[in-house]
Amino acid sequence: MPWPLLVPALAGLAFLVLPLAGLLVRAPWATLPGRLAEPRVLEALRLSLVTATIATAVCLLLGVPLAWLLARTTLPGRRVLRALVTVPLVLPPVVGGVALLLVLGRRGLIGQWLYDAFGVSLPFTTTGVVVAEAFVAMPFLVIAVEGALRAADQRYEEAAATLGASRWTVFRRVTLPMVAPGVLAGAVLCWARALGEFGATITFAGNFPGRTQTMPLAVYLALETDPDAAIVLSLVLLAVSVIVLAGLRDRWVGAA
Amino acid sequence: MLRRLRLAAVLASVLSLAACGSSSSDTAAPASSGGAGKTLTVFAAASLTETFTELGRRFESAHSGTKVTFNFGSSATLAQQITQGAPADVFAAASPATMKTVTDAGLASAPTVFVRNTLQIAVPEDNPAKVGSLKDLTDPKVKVALCAEQVPCGAAAVKALDAAGLKVTPVTLEQDVKATLTKVRLGEVDAALVYRTDVIASGGRVRGIDFPEAAQAVNDYPIAALAEAPAPDLAEQFVDLVLSQQGRDVLTKAGFQAP
Amino acid sequence: MNMKAHLVVERPAFRLDVRISAAAGEVVALLGPNGAGKTTALRGLAGLTALNGGRVELDGAEVHHLPPERRGIGVVFQDYLLFPHLSALDNVAFGPRCKGLGKAAARRAAAELLDRVGLAGHAHVRPGRLSGGQAQRVALARALAVRPRLLLLDEPLAALDAHTRLEIRAELRRHLADFDGATILVTHDALDAMVLAHRLVVIENGAVVQTGTPGEIARHPRTDYVARLVGLNLYRGEADGEHVVVGEVRFSSAERLTGPAFVAFPPSAVALYRSRPDGSPRNLWQVVIDGIERHGDHVRVHLRGPIPLLADVTPAAAADLDLTPGQDVWAAVKATETHAYPA
Repeated sequence: MPWPLLVPALAGLAFLVLPLAGLLVRAPWATLPGRLAEPRVLEALRLSLVTATIATAVCLLLGVPLAWLLARTTLPGRRVLRALVTVPLVLPPVVGGVALLLVLGRRGLIGQWLYDAFGVSLPFTTTGVVVAEAFVAMPFLVIAVEGALRAADQRYEEAAATLGASRWTVFRRVTLPMVAPGVLAGAVLCWARALGEFGATITFAGNFPGRTQTMPLAVYLALETDPDAAIVLSLVLLAVSVIVLAGLRDRWVGAA
Repeated sequence: MLRRLRLAAVLASVLSLAACGSSSSDTAAPASSGGAGKTLTVFAAASLTETFTELGRRFESAHSGTKVTFNFGSSATLAQQITQGAPADVFAAASPATMKTVTDAGLASAPTVFVRNTLQIAVPEDNPAKVGSLKDLTDPKVKVALCAEQVPCGAAAVKALDAAGLKVTPVTLEQDVKATLTKVRLGEVDAALVYRTDVIASGGRVRGIDFPEAAQAVNDYPIAALAEAPAPDLAEQFVDLVLSQQGRDVLTKAGFQAP
Repeated sequence: MNMKAHLVVERPAFRLDVRISAAAGEVVALLGPNGAGKTTALRGLAGLTALNGGRVELDGAEVHHLPPERRGIGVVFQDYLLFPHLSALDNVAFGPRCKGLGKAAARRAAAELLDRVGLAGHAHVRPGRLSGGQAQRVALARALAVRPRLLLLDEPLAALDAHTRLEIRAELRRHLADFDGATILVTHDALDAMVLAHRLVVIENGAVVQTGTPGEIARHPRTDYVARLVGLNLYRGEADGEHVVVGEVRFSSAERLTGPAFVAFPPSAVALYRSRPDGSPRNLWQVVIDGIERHGDHVRVHLRGPIPLLADVTPAAAADLDLTPGQDVWAAVKATETHAYPA
């Protein structure tokens, strides 16, 4: 193995893993079981898992067709469109949250109408958490799926068309199964990003235990007064996400 | 314990930077002592950003050759940074509790309360829910934002509501005053409990309503020159400036009250 | 079933303009060198490449404005393009499913077709685990499963090794004979075309240069490309009764004709001599050996002289003559094996 690759690779690994090790070493292990049993921890964890999963589903529903649009059509201004899609990636999440308030808030461009017509107001609701998470996480999915679509051999789609398949059938039965690994990878990234989402969530959906307080929000507020609790909460979040992602990966590899 | 605190402090500062980006940090600037080009490093609560920047300017013009650098942030975070050994000369906290962390560690003695801050009800300019008193906040139709109990304005709000014997169900418990005010300014909530200084700092886009129960939740701001100050003389002089009539004028203009 | 097409496709540095027709039960091969436009023509027929002009008619009805999925044209692609995520059975059942058949019925139909191509035992195998020959048969079954009116095959044997190719070619011929629609086959391999097709359409540089039965084409090539494909020496000249004049050379041939004419003869009709032979063979020239190569069980000699010439001699003759490049020899062509035909 060439050392110009090996050395930076190990340094990179250490860089990524050591902070995690730091959390593990400094965790208040003695009081851990008691802290874990606190209902607000479980509540925040449950809320995080539920909202991240729903947000991922929303991203799949909207993001896969969007990726298809970007990869497979010759829309004018597609380049600009692609840049716009990645905006939530570069936007500081807090700004993203403010932007969401300006559009979907009670006095927002669309939110005002929603509120007047249906009495629906998204901020400070669990739905709002999902909206904030989906906003921030969707680019990960779109970029992954678009890449997969571009890499996929379109001649299979032509073959399907000659067999009488409509465009929709081609997408459903040929395109989608062929880019499935890309979609899955995108969904995993998307879910992980949604799970760790903090800035947009607290800005758009606020912070209320059981309704909008996800794990990252609980971690942040715990840091104000009780750093040990923050470490415990972070560890729980990490452990759960690692377990879910590892499980998913095994399944994925097993299926391939 | 110290090591654990250090880790926690680093975590806290990283998170708060990433999260709100509101603290302008000069932590890394080392304080030099003696001679021309001296530097005074002041750690101060975020709510003091405008007033202390102004006082720093006055201090610099009075002491030519001296540079004042500030580290504004959450008082709890600052206290942790100081106990971890950050090279600070002066600490001005937004609560006696956070100052206590520092004095308990033997890093400061005899802090002085230099201002007090009281709560106001902040409402959007047009006050859509027609809020006039603290009791109005108990109406379930009124959307209320409070600071989270973990941050000083949240603790003060709880104190005031308890003193009034009122029970308010907020829609959100915000992570800091600025975030709470943003919700009011955007009209996402009908009212919030914040410090009067924050209402004044928001520049008129939020209306502040006084309420009598605020007297039960007055927040004292203590200041102290630090024991391990790299520039102990300057530290004392800065504290003196804050406590002087000149300092008081700047602070009361911003909405703080004299102790 | 009757297919008539005029295909015009324009590209920056290329223009395809060909007319092709095929009747029910007929197999037509589009034969041509790489880049001639064969595959473009096929894609134009299938609707995968938009036409810049022309028309495609199936049984008198225009289909060129229809998308591929509504043309009823089956395609076997060069590398088969079997869907990697579906079993062989589901690949074949794909078309019938799209046509609205239920899952069970589509699978039954697919199983029957797989059985017909001898792959009943491989129904549940994914394409990645099929051999080249098996994949080719699944691709054929998949295309036939939608009962196309017109079947298109793009280089159906090109991806196979020589041995498999022989076997699959014979089998494909049998399947095409059973197919009652018209078949268009694209190939650059003369042997595939000759064995599989009833009629050849030779395309060069986007245009049709010759059409005819394999026999006609083999005997009377009209371009250098076709002549090379069928292994003949070919010249274009002027006939004046008993002779065809090609440059400074006068060919005697068996046919009598006048006007522009082609002369063709196989390399085996050329005899080589170290010195001028006795008697007077009519077609005799002095030539120089350009190159010598082994060609099957004989030796092919490239000759330069008044006209370029290929000669096939036996290894024994080559040894006797002691042929080396650069050497002067005499070449004689038997008039009885020389064919002349109008150009």
